[in-house]
Amino acid sequence: MVRFFNALGAPLLSFFQYLGELVLLAADTFRSIFTHKLRWKLFLNQIVEVGLLSQLVVVITGGFTGAVFSAQTFFQFNKLGMGSAVGAVVSVALCRELAPVLTALMVAGRVGAAMSAEIGTMKVTEQIDALRALAVYPVDYLVVPRALAMMVSMPLLVAECIAVGIAAGYLVAIFMLDINGTYYMANMVRWTRSRDIIMGLSKAFCFGILIVFISCHKGLTTREGAVGVGRATTEAVVNASLAVLICNFFLTMLFNIIYPAGYQ
Amino acid sequence: MIAVRVLTKKIGQQEILRGIDLEVSTGETLAIIGRSGGGKSVLLKHLVGLMQPDTGEIWIQGQNIIGMSERQLGEIRKKVGILFQGGALFDSMTVEDNIAFPLREAGENDPKVLRSKVAEMLEVMEMEGQEDKMPESLSGGMKKRVGLARSIIRRPSCVLYDEPTSGLDPVVADSINRLIRRLQRRFGMTSVVVTHDMKNAFDVADRIAYLHEGRIYFQGTSSDLQQSSDPLIQDFLLGRSEHGSAVS
Repeated sequence: MVRFFNALGAPLLSFFQYLGELVLLAADTFRSIFTHKLRWKLFLNQIVEVGLLSQLVVVITGGFTGAVFSAQTFFQFNKLGMGSAVGAVVSVALCRELAPVLTALMVAGRVGAAMSAEIGTMKVTEQIDALRALAVYPVDYLVVPRALAMMVSMPLLVAECIAVGIAAGYLVAIFMLDINGTYYMANMVRWTRSRDIIMGLSKAFCFGILIVFISCHKGLTTREGAVGVGRATTEAVVNASLAVLICNFFLTMLFNIIYPAGYQ
Repeated sequence: MIAVRVLTKKIGQQEILRGIDLEVSTGETLAIIGRSGGGKSVLLKHLVGLMQPDTGEIWIQGQNIIGMSERQLGEIRKKVGILFQGGALFDSMTVEDNIAFPLREAGENDPKVLRSKVAEMLEVMEMEGQEDKMPESLSGGMKKRVGLARSIIRRPSCVLYDEPTSGLDPVVADSINRLIRRLQRRFGMTSVVVTHDMKNAFDVADRIAYLHEGRIYFQGTSSDLQQSSDPLIQDFLLGRSEHGSAVS
């Protein structure tokens, strides 16, 4: 029994230590954002890396998700004679769940991996020690620009994903499934509320924070050379993706308290 | 300038430093010699707060740096430059950007001023015209010189050198030794040189400390060291492995 609790205790302890380190990194970053000068050039570089260079991924993700969701919904709803309700379902689902989660997963894979690999390589080649030795606090220089860029870019990327998804769903519905465009649009506008969009963009902001801190933390704690960088990168993507999926459930329940189901 | 008191450090189960006591006066050059893996680089990293000891004190210009936060250490680090073993250049920046980095961080943004200061440092390093190169296209010796230029461009009062001649051919190693001496003469900087290259130590040091099994085993001038009849020191100077294993 003691052996069982010992075996259970060590991983549990290291999990809580990991959570603690993440919280401390986040606290340090937010403190730095409000108390130290922002390096605008690095911030704008990160906006390009996180936001601009993610366009293709986000457009393809949003477009094909909207298209396939529109088709699948139609196949089921048409049996009930509710084909024109497809627009509303696609729009609300994209705003509330699909666009934030899928965009976050894509960004975790593309940007989170790059962040942890870049910072991890700097760590194992003593470049982070060099920063510290030159009186530059690594959190100010490496984490703050990335965190701010992520907080700004993620809601915009999700908004783009929603828009492209809705447009793709509309095109599939009108040109391939022969749904009446007027009813489609009318139902979509009627049932999509501002709270759906607020929910999606808020989730995007939270997911962005999760991805950036998990990735930067993995980079900053990288050890053991090239193998360590590879391991840190993989763990950053896996942990960020799992965190997004888990956090999504709790955010959904939280938003249901703020905007109860059935609330108009 | 620098005083180390009873410094101990354990990494995992291995005791790396077992009570180091050391003093370096202003303007002096101290070489710390010892076997590879003996804790010389660990000691050097402690001097600039990159590692925290288990016990002991480190005084830099009258301030005990143990227990200081990273931000507090920033002020100390402006006074103490460090040359890393591999140069530790920022690999996404050119030579010019690497050398200008500390000035930019200090708020200097005038391109003319930055360019002229970088050119001056490159002249001191005998590397004129290399501003636009990326670190990956530099040789080992050039990387060390760029790293040194970056660490002294803000004119710190002390420079720490981590194995400045390791991995270099004898000619390039000699040019690094001459460079260290020139910096001592030109800027009057206090220097601590960690090395296992005896030529490097004899060429640049006013005083030499021999680190053995985590303790300072010997301190004295170059001639004191050479005249010592201690078998351990003689083995180290002559590169013999009779008194103790060659591999630790």
